Amino acid sequence: MKKAGIIMIIGSLLLLGLFKFPLWNIMLGAPQYPDPLGMNIHITGIKGVHEFDIQNIDGLNHYIGMKKIPKPEEMWEFDVFPKVILGMVTLGVVIGLLGIFKKLSFRWFLGWLILMSILGVLGMYDFNLWLTEYGTDLDPNAIMKMTHPDGSPMTYKPPLFGHQKMLNFDVDSYPHTGGYMLFAGMLLTLIAFFVGKREWKTQKI
Amino acid sequence: MSATFISCNNSENSKNGDRGALASSAAEKTYVAPGEHDEFYAFISGGFSGQLSVYGLPSGRLLKVIPVFSQDAEKAWGYNEETKPMLNTSHGFIPWDDAHHPDISQTAGKLDGRWVFINGNNTPRIAKIDLTTFETTEIIEVPNSAGNHSSSFVTENTEYVVAGTRFSVPVPQRDMPINEYKGNFKGALTFISVEPEEGHMDIKFQLMMPGFDYDLAHPGRGKSHGWFFFSTYNTEEANTLMEVNSSQNDKDFIAAVNWKKIEEYVNNGGGKKVPANYAHNIYDEETHTATSTMKKEVLTVDPLEVPGAVFLLPTPKSPHGCDVDPTGEYIIGNGKLSADLTVHSYSKMIDAIENEKFDGDAYGIPILKFEDVLAGTVKQAGLGPLHTEFDGKGNGYTSFFISSEVVKWNVETQEVIDRKPSYYSVGHVMIPGGNSAEPFGKYVVSMNKITKDRYLPTGPEVTHSAQLYDISGEKMELLLDFPTIGEPHYAAGIPADIIKPNSKKIYKLDENKHEHATLSNGDARVERDGNEVHVYMTMIRSHFTPDNIEGIKVGDKVYFHVTNHEQDYDVPHGISMIGANTSELLIMPGQTETFVWEPKQPGVWPFYCTDFCSALHQEMQGYVRVSPADSNIELSWSLGED
Repeated sequence: MKKAGIIMIIGSLLLLGLFKFPLWNIMLGAPQYPDPLGMNIHITGIKGVHEFDIQNIDGLNHYIGMKKIPKPEEMWEFDVFPKVILGMVTLGVVIGLLGIFKKLSFRWFLGWLILMSILGVLGMYDFNLWLTEYGTDLDPNAIMKMTHPDGSPMTYKPPLFGHQKMLNFDVDSYPHTGGYMLFAGMLLTLIAFFVGKREWKTQKI
Repeated sequence: MSATFISCNNSENSKNGDRGALASSAAEKTYVAPGEHDEFYAFISGGFSGQLSVYGLPSGRLLKVIPVFSQDAEKAWGYNEETKPMLNTSHGFIPWDDAHHPDISQTAGKLDGRWVFINGNNTPRIAKIDLTTFETTEIIEVPNSAGNHSSSFVTENTEYVVAGTRFSVPVPQRDMPINEYKGNFKGALTFISVEPEEGHMDIKFQLMMPGFDYDLAHPGRGKSHGWFFFSTYNTEEANTLMEVNSSQNDKDFIAAVNWKKIEEYVNNGGGKKVPANYAHNIYDEETHTATSTMKKEVLTVDPLEVPGAVFLLPTPKSPHGCDVDPTGEYIIGNGKLSADLTVHSYSKMIDAIENEKFDGDAYGIPILKFEDVLAGTVKQAGLGPLHTEFDGKGNGYTSFFISSEVVKWNVETQEVIDRKPSYYSVGHVMIPGGNSAEPFGKYVVSMNKITKDRYLPTGPEVTHSAQLYDISGEKMELLLDFPTIGEPHYAAGIPADIIKPNSKKIYKLDENKHEHATLSNGDARVERDGNEVHVYMTMIRSHFTPDNIEGIKVGDKVYFHVTNHEQDYDVPHGISMIGANTSELLIMPGQTETFVWEPKQPGVWPFYCTDFCSALHQEMQGYVRVSPADSNIELSWSLGED
């Protein structure tokens, strides 16, 4: 199971990209913003795409009563996520190594992937909760209180994935480099599972 | 005047010749679609407006008016406390000048797009405009000069920006009879060094020439780098009825100055330091504040003390433009009272100097023989040649004031290739980079002195008129008329791509070192020092901090130091206070500016944002309570408190 173990290790290590590159990216473009404003969501905090984007997004959002974009210390996620990712990387590498030395079965690779997927879904769920809170918990004294045609108050939850029109802004929300490295890493661990399975069988024969 | 001459060649170009069949292709060539950018920047002098305007070519759209020598209430230039020192001179504060000849900085003979220099003609000054901010950042006064006209032209590596006097004057200035001009007045040619990093200017030396009028100038380039050429008129040294008395000599001179030689002389301790008094004003981008320093000494050089440095090239007939072709070989004298253009050869000049082929001297300065330096003459090219630019393909384009046309001719053969009328009476012409080793010969702009019927009439005073010609083909094609501000004397053009990427979008707030900046809202405050009150205010969409101020008294002098906290492109805020005896402020993101208000009567007086900044712009306002002089209401300030 040498090959599978190595793939498992590489796949796990790809997660380290999340410490360097953003997981997700949300861009806000409007006619008067030909250079769109944007935020990069890192596992350690939210950063502007350009130097002053966060300040400028906050400045715009205050008209409709949205809260300021949280600083890293204001959300427990930015403390916990890096630890979880680091833990999963360590676990993946250990499993990969033990796999190479045939100390454990290929099924551990799948186990790691399932655990990572559960954590990922939980993370997305949590991220979506924050987006919902960020977009709907509005200041009652907001300068502009917009309503839908049916009279219900308008909210401003950015999309979790894809494009959405919000007032004058086109909002695009997609994974960024770190996110793609995470997906690639997870895909590699799946491949490690299948390769390991085959190596396991050939070994048996 | 033109009626007294027989129009020589442009009769085939009827006035309607530029319309009709060509109109559609001309429209396509000048059309810049909405949201698209022009290919070139053109910096067109504002003449007696004292400003420099920025246009896009080929559209002819006005992009910005940069205040230089004149107060500009729109931008608070010369009105706010920060920029008032920029207009300081040895004669005190001067809110106006006559801006003539912009020139873009060069490296190795090519436009580098870092700065544009322009001269103030009336109270001799040279200004430097930074092309990352499009703001005037430095102005130096030129002593011993009067009518600073043969200016402000840069050498091949922007070693110097050169300023020559048009009017000769007594040096030093003194009380003497005017009719003792001849032999007593001096013409100062000033070489201002430009420090390569920040572009700071400093007078290196003044060459004290005979009392002629020095009209225009251009640097040598390539092989003639190290020389500078100045056209002269009034070599008669007349002091009255000049239009007749200074037009008598058949030939005046182009003065050739070997500045490298003089530089060496000066670096070795040559020259004479004389007392002077002139202002040097610098605007600092980090403090957002200008300072004015009076300088008390200048180094003068007597041309006779540096043998081999200055020669006179006879040139017919009161030459105006003095232009050097991109190769540096040809020096064109545009004899404005003749029909011919004189083309001098640099190599022949050097040969004549080496072989001492002199034809007498003027006040000890050797005069070269006309025939020995002449490369050729463009015969009967038009009437009243003023100025020539080059396309980099071997052609010159000369403006003819009297016959009102632009003439294309071959520099080597001196043959006329094409002529097109200008509407009317063209002064200077401009090809982007046309005064450099590497012109961008796609368009020529003519800057006309007379407008008459070219646009909808606007009463007795009409705008000035510029015209754009396509020169990419064998024949020139008139593409566009566009109005200009003041009287455009000259312009400098450059491909937009050289400048555009460097154009600043905001000033960073954390780099703001203004003495009275308010960098965080917590520091917003009001302080009293006797009758002086200082308001430290911030502005961001869409409020001022503070916006309610009490405790101001009649007789106070209230300084509003206002900092724009925006860090977003194109979100300036303005501010003005009812009854302030000055202009508004227009403050860019990250910048601090100051205005003074002296309240004259008790009451509650509003101030507001003057630049539409946001959906809540109309709400961006505040109040100041003014109490009688003897009141004892304490100073207080607030935002958002009831």
